[in-house]
Amino acid sequence: MDFLNALVALLNFVVIPATAYGAQLALGALAATLVYGVLRFSNFALGDTMAFGAAVVILFTWWFQSMGISFGPVPTAILALPFGIAAMSAVALLTDRTVYRYYRRVKAKPVIVVIASMGVMFIMAGITRMIIGVQEIQFADGQKFLIDPTAFRTATGLNEGLALRMTQAITVVTAGLVVWALFWFLNRTRTGKSMRAYSDNEDLALLSGINPERVVAITWIIASGLAVIAGTLYGLDKSYKAFNYFALLLPIFAAAVVGGLGNPLGAIAGGFLIAFSEIGLTYAWKKVASYILPESLMPDGLMQLLSTEYKFSVSFAILIIVLLFKPTGIFKGKAV
Amino acid sequence: MTNARNRTLILFALMGLLLLLEGTVHWQVHPLNADAAGYTILSGSWNVVLEIVLMCLLSAIMALGVNLQWGYAGLFSTGIVGFVALGGLAGVLVSLPPVTAVWNAAGVGRLVVALLTGLGVVGLAVFAYGHLKGRARTWGVTAILVGGFFLYRAIFDPAVAYIEANDPAAAGNIGGLGLPALVAWPAGALMAAAAAWAIGKTALGLRSDYLAIATLGIGEIIVAVMKNEDWLDRGVKNATQIPRPWPVPTEVSLQESQRFLDFCANWGLNPVNASTIAVQLLYALLFTAVLLLILWACELALNSPWGRMMRAIRDNETASGAMGKDVTKRHLQVFILGAAICGMAGAMLVTRDGQLVPSSYTPLRFTFTIWLMVIVGGSGNNWGSVLGAFLIWYLWNKVFDWGSAAMWSATQYMDPASGLKTALTGSAEQMRTIVMGVILLVVLRFAPKGLLPEK
Repeated sequence: MDFLNALVALLNFVVIPATAYGAQLALGALAATLVYGVLRFSNFALGDTMAFGAAVVILFTWWFQSMGISFGPVPTAILALPFGIAAMSAVALLTDRTVYRYYRRVKAKPVIVVIASMGVMFIMAGITRMIIGVQEIQFADGQKFLIDPTAFRTATGLNEGLALRMTQAITVVTAGLVVWALFWFLNRTRTGKSMRAYSDNEDLALLSGINPERVVAITWIIASGLAVIAGTLYGLDKSYKAFNYFALLLPIFAAAVVGGLGNPLGAIAGGFLIAFSEIGLTYAWKKVASYILPESLMPDGLMQLLSTEYKFSVSFAILIIVLLFKPTGIFKGKAV
Repeated sequence: MTNARNRTLILFALMGLLLLLEGTVHWQVHPLNADAAGYTILSGSWNVVLEIVLMCLLSAIMALGVNLQWGYAGLFSTGIVGFVALGGLAGVLVSLPPVTAVWNAAGVGRLVVALLTGLGVVGLAVFAYGHLKGRARTWGVTAILVGGFFLYRAIFDPAVAYIEANDPAAAGNIGGLGLPALVAWPAGALMAAAAAWAIGKTALGLRSDYLAIATLGIGEIIVAVMKNEDWLDRGVKNATQIPRPWPVPTEVSLQESQRFLDFCANWGLNPVNASTIAVQLLYALLFTAVLLLILWACELALNSPWGRMMRAIRDNETASGAMGKDVTKRHLQVFILGAAICGMAGAMLVTRDGQLVPSSYTPLRFTFTIWLMVIVGGSGNNWGSVLGAFLIWYLWNKVFDWGSAAMWSATQYMDPASGLKTALTGSAEQMRTIVMGVILLVVLRFAPKGLLPEK
């Protein structure tokens, strides 16, 4: 019984939140890695693209709610997602046309493009805060729990309740579907293959008649789609605050670098690695330990290795370790 | 050559003119339905000008540091906020008086032992990494680090609990060394340099994007530590009453000084206003002296064989490496120097503000804005960095005022109760961010060499 209690506590406080968070990071890291693979720069505006996209989704959600449209137990925001994706794809294409294309033409150094993406970040951050404000917004509606902790407790007779929130389930399901669709696209369709070819070897791809502008445009559409989904799921799961998304840059980049920049599979693995390490190291293990350790062996403290304020240092530490010992990432990425 | 000099002179003169206008012309707009006070376009107040100029001077010092890293060496670091914050921490740790109640074996003594233990563990791990091989190395280093971490926490945690329990409302920290505030400035430089050494050792020599990401992380971590470690700097409770640097008196002591009162009476000045302005002026003089010193040193370095070597490395690493230059070592050197300058500016900032507010260190304000200054001014040109710092900080201040005024004027015929009007008039802060972004993109695209191009 104690063992079951420990297992439920572990699931409840570590495994489920980390899986949801990992899925969000993985989607963000996929966006980072795709842009890196095709356009060859680290997009610092990614965090604010996520914030902007989520803001658009929230606006549509409110509009739908005001018209009385809902999606049953599923949050209305999921209905609004396609609109957010469409809007952000348009923004990304416009940004590419006005900002990034020029640097591609003059073959600017990647670092110059990174600085340009800083400018884009400034503008996007400003616009996002202008249209939605800086306050915290809860926009998750529909059913709250898929597994209700009190119901679980009464049904099983355990001390620990297992909570699976709707937003967490939606996150994992959506992320799974998106990743499946992305890999199908990259591996099975002609356009996807041309994207991978362009990412692997630009010159060879150009030589075989692949239209670079088309590849770039599709990359932007996919990357902003991923960013909007990641941003919305993160906002649904945690609550939306425009400022929080900038801080997501570090874990997202860390995930992309750990998995190997430019490698989609690595980005997913990296996202989950970062999420599980972050939550595992900042979780107070006392509760789990109290079920499995005998009384005499219980330490006094909370058994928390790091306070939660330092969760970003976990992604940073992982990033540094990988950079020091395996700079191309766990799954070979490109180190140009 | 003369052309470039003329350009520098003209642009600096124009910048001076902008500040002169700010100090002399009082201009407000009064849109319908606005507050009775109206909206300021130009304040016409020398106090405001001095306020702006002081931050311009400090930003110029930071921009010189970033220019060293980016303009001379092409290193793209996004952790400037961390180095500035560390400098601020030095202001606290050096110039605040010690909290004597905890300077005993259970408090600071134990803390020092813990920190030395931490250092020892890291040293041992590095040693083991160098002297073991294969699997023994992996396991050995991991065991040392994990065991060391628990040992460190076992010594460290009680010390922190003890220190933070001491009068949490007023203290709860260890205080500082009680040295003069002027000592904190070089100390800030040293602390930032030490951090830069550690991060440079690991992240330099990798590709440029990695350096950007790694430094972004170190910046956030430094600020997080300062926000959460109450024993160090009182965290978000803010360390206050940081003493002023040597020649700067407090306003009150000036107002009590008979000589100052006589001086004011002679010139027909209001002693209260005059004392504020006198204090600001003294700060401005001090900061200008430091800025000129650093500027002089940077110019000297730029025109020395060392400067030529740095530019050679920046422009072609492979060729310089083939000529026998140790690229990674030179990068590390210039990275540390740049960070030290930023740290010094950070220390100067807190000795002026009189307090350390860890939550004020945001990347937007202290990393990306400084970058903007360097790029707008002209990467690689020290005078450009100074000019950029003045211009951007002036705009940073004024765009807020102008944005408010513009939004009120644009919406003056709208229904005062409408949500759109509230949203628009409340968005001046966001306007600032957007304008800064647009400036960056425009300069980068149409004048990538900046206002004062590198020779």
